Amino acid sequence: MISMTKRSKQASAWGAAVFLLMLVPIVTLRNDVLSFLLTFFLYITLAQSWNLIGGYAGQMNLGHGAFFGLGVIISRHLWLGVGLPIPLAIMGGALAALLMGLIIGIPAFRLKDIYFVMGTLVFAEILRIIVYTNLPRASVMPMNYLTHYSLVPRYYLSLVVAVIAIVVMYVISKAKVGLGLTAIREDEDAAGCLGVGLLRHKLFAFTVSTFFAGMAGGVFAYYSVAVTAGHMFEHLWTFDAVIIAFVGGVGTILGPVVGAVFFAFLKQFLSMYMPEGVHVAVFGVLFILVVLLLPGGLIELIRKIRGR
Amino acid sequence: MIQMFAQSFVNGVNLGALYGLAAVGLSLAFGVMKMMNVAHGEFIMLGSYIAYWLFMLFDIDPFLGIPIVAFVLFLIGAVLYKLLFSGMVTFHEELKLKNSLLVAFGLFLVLPEVAKLLWTGDERMLTPSYSGSSFGLFGVRFGYVPTIGLLVSLAVITLLQLFLNKTYFGKSARATADNWKAAKMMGVNDARTYIITFAIGAALAGIAGVLVGLSGALTPGMGIGWTIKALIVVVLAGMGSIGGAFIAGLILGVAEAVSAIFMGPYAITVGLILFLLILMFRPQGLFARG
Repeated sequence: MISMTKRSKQASAWGAAVFLLMLVPIVTLRNDVLSFLLTFFLYITLAQSWNLIGGYAGQMNLGHGAFFGLGVIISRHLWLGVGLPIPLAIMGGALAALLMGLIIGIPAFRLKDIYFVMGTLVFAEILRIIVYTNLPRASVMPMNYLTHYSLVPRYYLSLVVAVIAIVVMYVISKAKVGLGLTAIREDEDAAGCLGVGLLRHKLFAFTVSTFFAGMAGGVFAYYSVAVTAGHMFEHLWTFDAVIIAFVGGVGTILGPVVGAVFFAFLKQFLSMYMPEGVHVAVFGVLFILVVLLLPGGLIELIRKIRGR
Repeated sequence: MIQMFAQSFVNGVNLGALYGLAAVGLSLAFGVMKMMNVAHGEFIMLGSYIAYWLFMLFDIDPFLGIPIVAFVLFLIGAVLYKLLFSGMVTFHEELKLKNSLLVAFGLFLVLPEVAKLLWTGDERMLTPSYSGSSFGLFGVRFGYVPTIGLLVSLAVITLLQLFLNKTYFGKSARATADNWKAAKMMGVNDARTYIITFAIGAALAGIAGVLVGLSGALTPGMGIGWTIKALIVVVLAGMGSIGGAFIAGLILGVAEAVSAIFMGPYAITVGLILFLLILMFRPQGLFARG
């Protein structure tokens, strides 16, 4: 009974937060505020999606940025090139990322530990080079789109995608498949012996993860006025997701959200007073500190302080 | 046509020696400590910039400055190891690998920003008076810088092999690589072996950095490309195989240079695809023992 009230308390806190965020464009139309929150939601989606494969399943995927990039260029092409409505275009980009996840996942999961890390990193590097060579030009929104450009629908889209990502990850983490993933993370051989289908579980987590990375890409394609394809495939997108998940608390639902809040605000704050790029160094140091001293991330710190 | 192949081959050997040298330090650290230093390329970047400083501020020729760069990187490596990595040595192997990877990943984020503060984001060049000049032999051009670079790489690798095979420290490092528990029981000071091995790995990266700096532009973000190159070479050779790493570097360099004739800008992907194939079908590498 107590846990029920705790859970409903949590649910209402989440609901209230989302409700307040929905009110923001009604209260203010300031571009900087909306842009800031929109990127913050994007970070949540990216980190949350990486967290499923990297945190819950414990497979350090360093090719996440490639799936984001794929989502961006495919949905951008479907939207501006083919002329599909934006929800369909985003869905197309996300499905393309999922498909690529399936194609890459089957051979990649033959690799374990460090080999998986290097394999995914190199896969992303190959795609990056190919895209850089083939699509050197920036894709700029056509004039008639620009004249009607408004941040409000983009804001809501980014919010909705982030909420869906959180809900889906929550449901997976509570379901049997989520427990299977955690078992694989803790001890792959033991999990296999107990009848957890290793490849099946990993592929499921990987494709859901790449699907949401593609969704995040679609949101970015809709939001960004000019897109250089090569830049969308930079490893930076992967690294941001990894940092956010780890600093917030890897392998939890709340972690990536807390991490994204922290990341977005600190980045904004540092960029006001420091030369550009300093936030990366600060996060690098934080990342090292978390790995060495606080493996549970910020949410562990919060729990410790509240528990005292 | 034959001339073009010969020229590409020579260019490939020069490039490959650099790849080999870049990878040897990573391979050494991995072989002895089972730690994966993905900030290895960042050490290479630092080596380049220190050579640049020596050249611009003190007018020291980059090749003659190599011992200084190696020494500075040795110190940096030792300090970073002591601060960040030394706590992990007692961990279970899998956890040690993962944590070292993550901590090195953090370093990989921090060091380019440090470089940006010290040297700005502008491209720098390391150009002594003789860079760009070359001599001809059998109709093939040999640049002075790459040729001396090749000799330096060969000398460094030979010295490293001698050091590992003939000295007490080298033997203790190899013993630790094979079985650290047994080595410890035989009286090997494992803590000292680890810190020196890590520092030597960084010093090797520094030496590679000088040669890298001589062959192209210096930017704070150049490290990741070299980390990826070094990883490819290490996997080609087999994790921890040091002589093999150098040969694998040569193979990769020649493969890239020769395939550039047919594939143009996609030649870089040759090494990457080679890497994935090796990973899939021969994960123990080409030159692994046992």
